Amino acid sequence: MIAAADLASSYELVVIGGGPAGLAAATLAARAGVATVLFDENPGIGGQIYRAITSTPVSDRAILGKDYWDGAVLADEAKASGALIANGATVWSLDRQRLVGVSIGGKARVIEAGRVIIATGSQERPFPIPGWTLPGVMTAGAAQTALKAQGLVVEGRTVLAGSGPLLWLLAAQTLRAGGRIAAILDTTPRRNWLQAMFHLPDFALSPYFAKGLALLREVRAKVPVHRVGTIEAVGTDRVREVVFSGAGGTRRLPVDLLLLHQGVVPNVNLANAAGVAHVWNDRQICFVPVLDADFGSSVPGIAVAGDGAGIAGGTAAAERGRIAAIAAVRALRPDSVVPDTQAIRQRLQREEMGRAFLDWLNRPADSFRLPVGDTIACRCEEVTAQQVRETAQMGCEGPNQMKAFLRCGMGPCQGRLCGLTVTELIAAERKTSPDEVGYYRLRPPVKPITLAELASLPISEVERKAVER
Amino acid sequence: MFKRLAEKGPAISITVDGKPVTARAGDTVASALLGAGIDHCRTTPVTGAPRAPYCLMGVCFDCLVTVDGVGSRQGCLIPVREGMKVETQLGRREAGR
Repeated sequence: MIAAADLASSYELVVIGGGPAGLAAATLAARAGVATVLFDENPGIGGQIYRAITSTPVSDRAILGKDYWDGAVLADEAKASGALIANGATVWSLDRQRLVGVSIGGKARVIEAGRVIIATGSQERPFPIPGWTLPGVMTAGAAQTALKAQGLVVEGRTVLAGSGPLLWLLAAQTLRAGGRIAAILDTTPRRNWLQAMFHLPDFALSPYFAKGLALLREVRAKVPVHRVGTIEAVGTDRVREVVFSGAGGTRRLPVDLLLLHQGVVPNVNLANAAGVAHVWNDRQICFVPVLDADFGSSVPGIAVAGDGAGIAGGTAAAERGRIAAIAAVRALRPDSVVPDTQAIRQRLQREEMGRAFLDWLNRPADSFRLPVGDTIACRCEEVTAQQVRETAQMGCEGPNQMKAFLRCGMGPCQGRLCGLTVTELIAAERKTSPDEVGYYRLRPPVKPITLAELASLPISEVERKAVER
Repeated sequence: MFKRLAEKGPAISITVDGKPVTARAGDTVASALLGAGIDHCRTTPVTGAPRAPYCLMGVCFDCLVTVDGVGSRQGCLIPVREGMKVETQLGRREAGR
């Protein structure tokens, strides 16, 4: 375990995030002789897709599957690369001068970076349905994390709801681990096929095609699947029932655990706070950073690799990390030998091939992104969709002004679970585009730190003299 | 809501609101609470509604708990340690305390 005091005051390259993009980037750069540190806030490397890859208690490899275990190679390579890997390291600040504020074990440091690669990946898209804040309602990603990292498998009456590859992957992994799933509520609108089918030929050539079909078959053989247009989690102290409606009318199921998922979106908080320009991506219905071909952002010396650059999956994330790392090595040490970028770009292209199909097919319906009435939009400050809509109708033009009216986005999650909802609600009410409306302007610290952690920052003699008179 | 596939790894004793809870090496505070069947870990500052871990990946901040006297820690990011004292948090802006 690396302590804050063990860190140098500067590194040529700071990589933030220990998922596939961060691991691949750190490995490549360190092998090229670049002084590299990787900060990851989790107890172990792997990110979300390869969560707990070095420590998972799930020893039967069939349960999590080959794609998960492929991550062990990335982890091993990173550990042997010479890059310094710091886990339990929370990056709470990054600025345009590439000063990185990081906290490890309750002690903070500010580190100078020659270059920075943000590899903070994605998060699950907000799924604002009635009752989504009740205990017993979690994300599918949460259940998968608990399975990978702690070998916890669902118990009792479990219902999965939503759309997207992860929902089906979690279902398959749960069944293989001996867990039971009472039902899957599929929210994918049928009309999505109209757009998706144009991209089917590309998808058929991508590695995800055969895998996807096999997963669907495996799960559908064991779990009843209902196609639904509305979902509500019902209960007072915790979720007791899930109420859903579809072609067959309205039904209720008693439930102990409701797992929601409707795709993933880039985790923009750190890049946004660093001043990286973002743009609305209409196909993926989210904000993505504006990047060049080497994943360099609008802020000199800061790149964004992996799913944080736009959703493309774990294998693509590693390739993107390598491309960003090659650009960093070339800038820092022009004489170093680096791998051929062209071969990496070809592999990346192959990985990204089926993405348009997946994006269009799994595009969440408006009704699951644009809530109405008392449904909570901002979980932290308990702001309802109706409040956001009414405030927009009154003339509030954007999410930052909305904070002043309603405090949405000002709670501990700093807009991570309401940002897209609030932007889209304002755009809908004001009949404009999400790009026009924009996103929360985020500021450091992007993760909470205590005053004691700030006070633990080393102070130079010059700084001390500046305040002691 | 969850059961353990196998009781692997050394047991780690922590307390939650003063009551003993057995966690496993590899647990985070949030997973230890889930594994022990504890149904919520805090109440919200605005309405006092109960909340439990939601995303388990550091995004949602619903698993905030007091760990060894420090409030509002993200339970899903903190590995358990022998003797750790975890307290569930009362929200409502401290008014009810």
